[in-house]
Amino acid sequence: MNGPIDAPPSLEAEALCWPARRAPILRGVSLAVRDGEMLGLVGPNGSGKSTLLRLLAGLLPPARGEVRLLGRPLRRTPRREVARLVALVEQQAETLERITLRDAVELGRTPWLSALRPWGAEDDGIVAGAMAAVDVQHLAARDWASLSGGERQRAHIARALAQRPRILLLDEPTNHLDIHHQLALLELVAALPVTKVIALHDLNQAMRCDRLAVLQAGRLIRLGPPAEVLTPELLRDVFGVRAAFVTDPEDGARLLRFLSIS
Amino acid sequence: MTRLAARWLGRAALVAVLLVLAVLAGTSIGETAIPLPVVAQTLANKLYGAGYPLDRIDEGIVWNYRLTRAIVAACCWAGLAVAGIILQALLRNALADPYLLGISAGASTGAVLVTVAGVGAGAVSLSLGAFAGAVTAFLLVALLARAAGGGQGARGAGQIVLAGIAGSQLFNALTAFIITRSASAEQARGIMFWLLGNLSGARWDNVATALPVALGVTLVCLWHVRALDAFTFGADSAASLGVPVRRVQVLLILAASLATAVMVSIVGAIGFVGLVVPHAARLMVGVRHTRLVPAAALMGAMFLIAADVLSRILVPGQVLPIGVVTALVGAPAFALILAHGRTAR
Repeated sequence: MNGPIDAPPSLEAEALCWPARRAPILRGVSLAVRDGEMLGLVGPNGSGKSTLLRLLAGLLPPARGEVRLLGRPLRRTPRREVARLVALVEQQAETLERITLRDAVELGRTPWLSALRPWGAEDDGIVAGAMAAVDVQHLAARDWASLSGGERQRAHIARALAQRPRILLLDEPTNHLDIHHQLALLELVAALPVTKVIALHDLNQAMRCDRLAVLQAGRLIRLGPPAEVLTPELLRDVFGVRAAFVTDPEDGARLLRFLSIS
Repeated sequence: MTRLAARWLGRAALVAVLLVLAVLAGTSIGETAIPLPVVAQTLANKLYGAGYPLDRIDEGIVWNYRLTRAIVAACCWAGLAVAGIILQALLRNALADPYLLGISAGASTGAVLVTVAGVGAGAVSLSLGAFAGAVTAFLLVALLARAAGGGQGARGAGQIVLAGIAGSQLFNALTAFIITRSASAEQARGIMFWLLGNLSGARWDNVATALPVALGVTLVCLWHVRALDAFTFGADSAASLGVPVRRVQVLLILAASLATAVMVSIVGAIGFVGLVVPHAARLMVGVRHTRLVPAAALMGAMFLIAADVLSRILVPGQVLPIGVVTALVGAPAFALILAHGRTAR
């Protein structure tokens, strides 16, 4: 699924730094997310992927630089308005409250509701649709504590979808999932009809993205289509591994094979 | 009118009726039982000048003593229960309540300081002193918890309670210090009695403070029920759901502190309220704040009226401090809730 190449940026980062002093995690990251694309963030542990996502979501104020949402500075956009456009699926957001899966998904309607605009039939429909999109309707009445890791992750995505966002930010959503659920989840995310920015660890999974942004020590060092970005040289320099591309004889797909640590 | 609005009006009416019934029961029951018709006739006399011929003493007991007492009791627990809900939701901690977090202790210190040192005068300055003490205590406890490594999440959950215990000890010690240094013997006895929780001084001027504060704090909380729900998965999650986290935190913590301070300055530090009532309400109506807040406020109000009645009739001829009764009832109730929560999980 390739995004349109010359669509205007829906979310832009310009020279983002965080924090300003002492051990900066991000040092001047600029990138523009294109409308409808699936942009992958890759990089070693501690390279700043999560921080970048949190800045893009407006959860952290940039120490320097600016995030623009549909051309408007994020800092000057009310939180509620941001939440109607951007949804974030965090790594391992957990709760001890005894809520059901449906309760968790219904939270996604928060930015659209107020004391004067109470819950309505429309919200019921959106929540049902969001649960259907990630195939958790049958779990709606289950207690959160009784859900598996994969089910919880899908519930979080349903919650994010219930926000009806234009842009979905996902922080390593396949973490802690078994291989079947990893693939199923990625498939599902790729098919969602929204703009996606997704932090990923598995580089072969990252090959599915329309574009990849490679972060190293807080800098954006490469941005482009996966096949151009993930070269053996880059993998050696950034991840410290020797790797080669092999072609699967079954379907001709290019796969990364890791040979050894360099 | 939409069906939804009708349903809400219906519920609000039910709540109001239950509360009025509880207050009437609290007014009628006591060492000298006053029959409900007499209570009703007194109210009619006072409110509409109905002119029923009544015993002046009965009328005085109902209007100036029992009725004010029941209303103040209802306000106190409603306010404290709502404060407990706010703290539990924002700190994501099932153990958060004004008492355990040292907010009550801080409020006591503030109130005692005003009483003994004579800073300002009257009920308003007493409440203000308690409010200043409550906010100071909360800030101190929050800072301490933060210094100890985070105020949220599973690890932070323990830290804030530990910090609260330290804060309570500190402010209780301060209170004791102020009393021993500056209070006369008579003042000291009065203060100790008040600290245990005492409704016997509740008069109309207390109603005038307690009722607006309880209603106001409950309304502020009701206005923010969705924001409170949004904290289910933490402050970051709430922010990504469009909640202006900092503003909501400051506003609601101030509201909880105000409720605690006013109630403490009127009836003393009553333990366990903010903890037990919200949990009991959760068992009955679930965790969503839309239902939890009104349910807890109502249950809190009714529970304290009942506890107050008990405190007057349990030992004939003597009125027990209300704090004693609530702790005697609250501690086993809490144990039951804990045990139940475990099996239900």
